[in-house]
Amino acid sequence: MKRRQFIQTSTWGSAAGVMGLSGCATTGSGQGPKVVVVGGGYGGATAAKYVRMWSDYGIQVTLVEPNPAFVSCPMSNLVIGGSKTMADITTPYDNLSRRHGVNVVQDSVASIDPGARKVKLASGGELSYDRLILSPGIDIMSDTLPGLTKPGAQDKVLHAWKAGPQTLALRRQLESMRDGGVYAITIPLAPYRCPPGPYERACQVAHYFSKAKPKSKVLILDENDDVTSKGPLFKKAWAERYKGIIEYRPKHKVVDVDAASNTLKFEFNDDLQADVLNVLPMMRAGAIAVNTGLATANKRWCEVDFLTHESKAAANIHVLGDSIQIAPLMPKSGHMANQHGKTCAAAVVALLTGKQVNSMPIYNNTCYSFVSDEDVVHVASVHRYDADKKTMLTVPGSGGVSAAANELEGRYALAWARNIWADTLA
Amino acid sequence: MSMKSCFFRTSCVVIALTGALATQAQAQAPDAMQVRSWAAACANCHGTNGQAVQGMEPLAGVSQADIVKKMQDFKAGRKPATLMHQLSKGYSDEQIQAIAGYFAAQKK
Repeated sequence: MKRRQFIQTSTWGSAAGVMGLSGCATTGSGQGPKVVVVGGGYGGATAAKYVRMWSDYGIQVTLVEPNPAFVSCPMSNLVIGGSKTMADITTPYDNLSRRHGVNVVQDSVASIDPGARKVKLASGGELSYDRLILSPGIDIMSDTLPGLTKPGAQDKVLHAWKAGPQTLALRRQLESMRDGGVYAITIPLAPYRCPPGPYERACQVAHYFSKAKPKSKVLILDENDDVTSKGPLFKKAWAERYKGIIEYRPKHKVVDVDAASNTLKFEFNDDLQADVLNVLPMMRAGAIAVNTGLATANKRWCEVDFLTHESKAAANIHVLGDSIQIAPLMPKSGHMANQHGKTCAAAVVALLTGKQVNSMPIYNNTCYSFVSDEDVVHVASVHRYDADKKTMLTVPGSGGVSAAANELEGRYALAWARNIWADTLA
Repeated sequence: MSMKSCFFRTSCVVIALTGALATQAQAQAPDAMQVRSWAAACANCHGTNGQAVQGMEPLAGVSQADIVKKMQDFKAGRKPATLMHQLSKGYSDEQIQAIAGYFAAQKK
């Protein structure tokens, strides 16, 4: 990115920020501490907005994000099921710059120099920071399945676990599949992004098949011993709504994939061929976090101080969202990443302005899964900082799941999406 | 901000009350920044500063007493809910008071 272009974006964004929000004092006019946020998903975009808001627009924030718009993973299974479109789950970044004076830079980060407190952009520019917030999401470890490294394999065998082009591509594969065909989804050992996501996706594909291709089947091949989230609710939906369509097989560890013949190879089970393969390989923290040496837990996830989200491996670098080594019973979810964003934003503002960091964060998670195009089941939890154990723990007696799938929660799920998108991006 | 000068302001009353009632080891009198962070955790569904968009109940500008009553009714199982009965149980009475006070003070 060219320097002049950067300054222009920054000035324009800041001026608009002042106009959009009366009563805001200073903005990023070159004064004040600098925060760089890497990744504009649920974690990073929220952190960028809240650092601006909670510093009374005194801290300069630059958000580096390669995609031109935010595409939501939550609700993306409805695109695969056919009841929503990509436009329904896409939100522009305009409001972050216009209303909050965040300097949004469409680029990716090539490297970080923690000592010099600088990030180098893929396009060649450089940004310095007082504090860096990394929210790079997950990396799909496709190279753990040798067949996926062959040319073209990953264009045919999709994960669609980052909402975007693959979401639509998977939908197209299902649309062009013959009636009587088999769709197989494989699930890696937890932890992975969005624990109930694969089971919701199976429901969405089965819902589509039940309407359009009733002779077709959905096979869930799960490396885990059992369904990892909302188990009884999903199993009830499969038995009552998708009997004869969905089959669940636990303890199936995929070790290789042959994309040419659409065949899965397992550690212990027989090979399996399907018309559409949807393989979710192991996952880890986004590459920039791994390459900066922050993924200290199993070389996959980044350990953080839950009061500040500061990395345990590098000073002045904070990590959010799916990239972190989670606390007990903390899901890797968009809702949780948004909560991390606000916890981190409050701490970063406090640290940069000489105030005290909140000694007891409390936040919640709510997660809705669609078992059809209308009916939904939820899981909810409240997480509170435990000073002795120095981690977030669920509050005893709180949290729970739906009694049964229901349409009212289907409406709440859509309202949840509208509200969290606004809280993150507007 | 001295106690004397702001005693009659709701937020300070809340803070004073919370301090007096705090019995758990980890519970200290919440300061304004802490309460703001706690309240922000509700924003995912109820909007930034409680200013919800379509389909969820706004909390901004709702009286502290109303929010506290609803939360206590959720907590006790007196008010039917899809998930608020589960989430409300994660918060102490003092925390609910403080968070409700924050939302009451926000612009609608």
